[in-house]
Amino acid sequence: MSQTGLSYEQAPPYGLPLRFFLTAPLFLMLAAVAAIPTAADWTADPHTLAAVALTHLLTLGVLGMVMQGALLQMLPVVVGTPVPASHWVARLGHLGLAAGALLLATGLYRGSPLLLNIAMLALAAGWLPFLAAAAVSLARARTASPLTLIPMRLAWLGALLTVALGLWLAGVLAGDLDPNGIEQGLGLHVAWGLTGWVLLLVMGVAYQVVPMLQITPPYPAGYARWAAWVVFAALALLSLASFAGMSSLAEAGYGLLGASLAGFGLVTLDLQRRRRRRLTDATLLFWRLGMLSLVILAPLPWLYPRLPAELQGAAAVMGGLIFLLGFAVSVVSGMLYKIVPFLAWFHLQTQTGARAGSIPNMKEFLPDSEARRHWWLHLVAVLWLVPAPWLPPAYAAPGLLLLALAAYMLWHNLLGCVRLFRRYGGRLH
Amino acid sequence: MTPITRLLSNDHDHCDQLFAAAENAVQARDWAHAEAAFAAFSQALARHFAAEEETLFPAFEARSGMSGGPTFVMRSEHLQMRELVAQMAAAVERRDDAGFLGASETLLMLMRQHNLKEEQILYPMTDRILAGEADLVEALRETLQAD
Ligand code: HEM
Repeated sequence: MSQTGLSYEQAPPYGLPLRFFLTAPLFLMLAAVAAIPTAADWTADPHTLAAVALTHLLTLGVLGMVMQGALLQMLPVVVGTPVPASHWVARLGHLGLAAGALLLATGLYRGSPLLLNIAMLALAAGWLPFLAAAAVSLARARTASPLTLIPMRLAWLGALLTVALGLWLAGVLAGDLDPNGIEQGLGLHVAWGLTGWVLLLVMGVAYQVVPMLQITPPYPAGYARWAAWVVFAALALLSLASFAGMSSLAEAGYGLLGASLAGFGLVTLDLQRRRRRRLTDATLLFWRLGMLSLVILAPLPWLYPRLPAELQGAAAVMGGLIFLLGFAVSVVSGMLYKIVPFLAWFHLQTQTGARAGSIPNMKEFLPDSEARRHWWLHLVAVLWLVPAPWLPPAYAAPGLLLLALAAYMLWHNLLGCVRLFRRYGGRLH
Repeated sequence: MTPITRLLSNDHDHCDQLFAAAENAVQARDWAHAEAAFAAFSQALARHFAAEEETLFPAFEARSGMSGGPTFVMRSEHLQMRELVAQMAAAVERRDDAGFLGASETLLMLMRQHNLKEEQILYPMTDRILAGEADLVEALRETLQAD
């Protein structure tokens, strides 16, 4: 008990998080390609079924995938308690998310109640065991520094609410459930999903990894103690407002969310500017792009209700593109470029007991020049796509092809690392 | 009071700063400076390891009766880190900046997560079971500050 989280034997085998990490870029590729023929729909209006289907290829197939894999790997180290039954949880999470994202996207797009019902089962299987296992780890956490624990625990709650609301929405669309209140339910699902789950989790991870990767000062203690609670309070206000129908509460909630996006983006950019380590690598570039995206996005929650109705659709799609591609996919890519080669080195060294000089180092496992090439492609693709909702549908195609190519590069780079690991005799399980 | 946690966590920060200075010099291919900066880093790290392996861990093992447990894991991670430091030293000698930076990247990741585990789990544990042993803290301090 007392050595919980300390020993190598308790770290999951390389193959466990890896299956999530290698699947995610494939979903990004799929989303980019599927968005080409459907551009006339999703660029015009976020409520088209094409837009919702594409959104979930990203939120479940890419983000959910990487985040589950990363948490199964990181929780034992960061909060100091192992994740129970992690092999089963990983198997179910991976299969459930992959099958669920595919089925949900096709079910929505085809308008098939049967596919939607199967998707709901798959997604429940993909999320509920994971959430239960993460709950055990987070509840028993014995870390001496609570700053990461607060956003992580709140993100857990965000994921639970998002999944519950999502299953309900899908049930309504499949015709199983009463559509009463679907407007409010959708608003809350989106807010809890994007900020309650994705943003809070990135904040919790950032408190640990930003100072670690670049040797920056730690996040200011006052900021780190309160920022996650502010996001949570904003979401609580929004939830209350949507039940009570009070628009002034909602206004306050959206204002706080906007401030949270700007605050986190600016504080992180400032820490990175003050880093001790001068090296600029692909991970730093990806994180900067991600943080800049948050800062740019910050006025949107406030601005959106003030826009004329005919502009709201395009503004929402643009906001979604900036959040999902500019922020979330960037941050996740940056993390993968550290986690995957580090784990390759770590597992190979520990398995073979090889002397450090006789196995590849992290940069040989995954050359930074390759990762940077990916960053450039990703950057150009995002810049191209952000104005797409305001332009004719055909405009989006080249940007989407670039995005698919960028996703392929990510996959190729990660796979190259794993191949080298195997060639040196590393075992995945 | 958590004197052990505080002392050794501060020393981790100190080693991080020296690490960054050495890496920055190598990256700039300022080899004259890099040699001195790297020597300062590797000496500070060696003193930190010595303080733990020769003073802290034995005291912890004697008091807790656990010698195959957490301290065993920490010692074996020290071994991995020493290997990487040796690789970096050879790269400085060869003036091989790419080789140095590949090893230093690996070392940084390993070192920071090792430190995290010590700061969040092992040090607080030693502060609890070795509370009030002022001599021990003094001995640690002396090792860290030796030339
Ligand atoms: C069990 C998992 C999930 C299910 C079954 C699900 C289901 C749904 C459904 C059915 C809608 C459309 C509702 C409508 O238009 O009436 C929707 C919208 C949305 N969901 Fe999910 N969802 C899930 C997870 C997530 C997650 C984890 C996120 C974010 C991280 C997310 C983000 C969104 C967003 C942003 C929209 C609005 C999309 C748009 O308007 O284009 N969902 N979800």
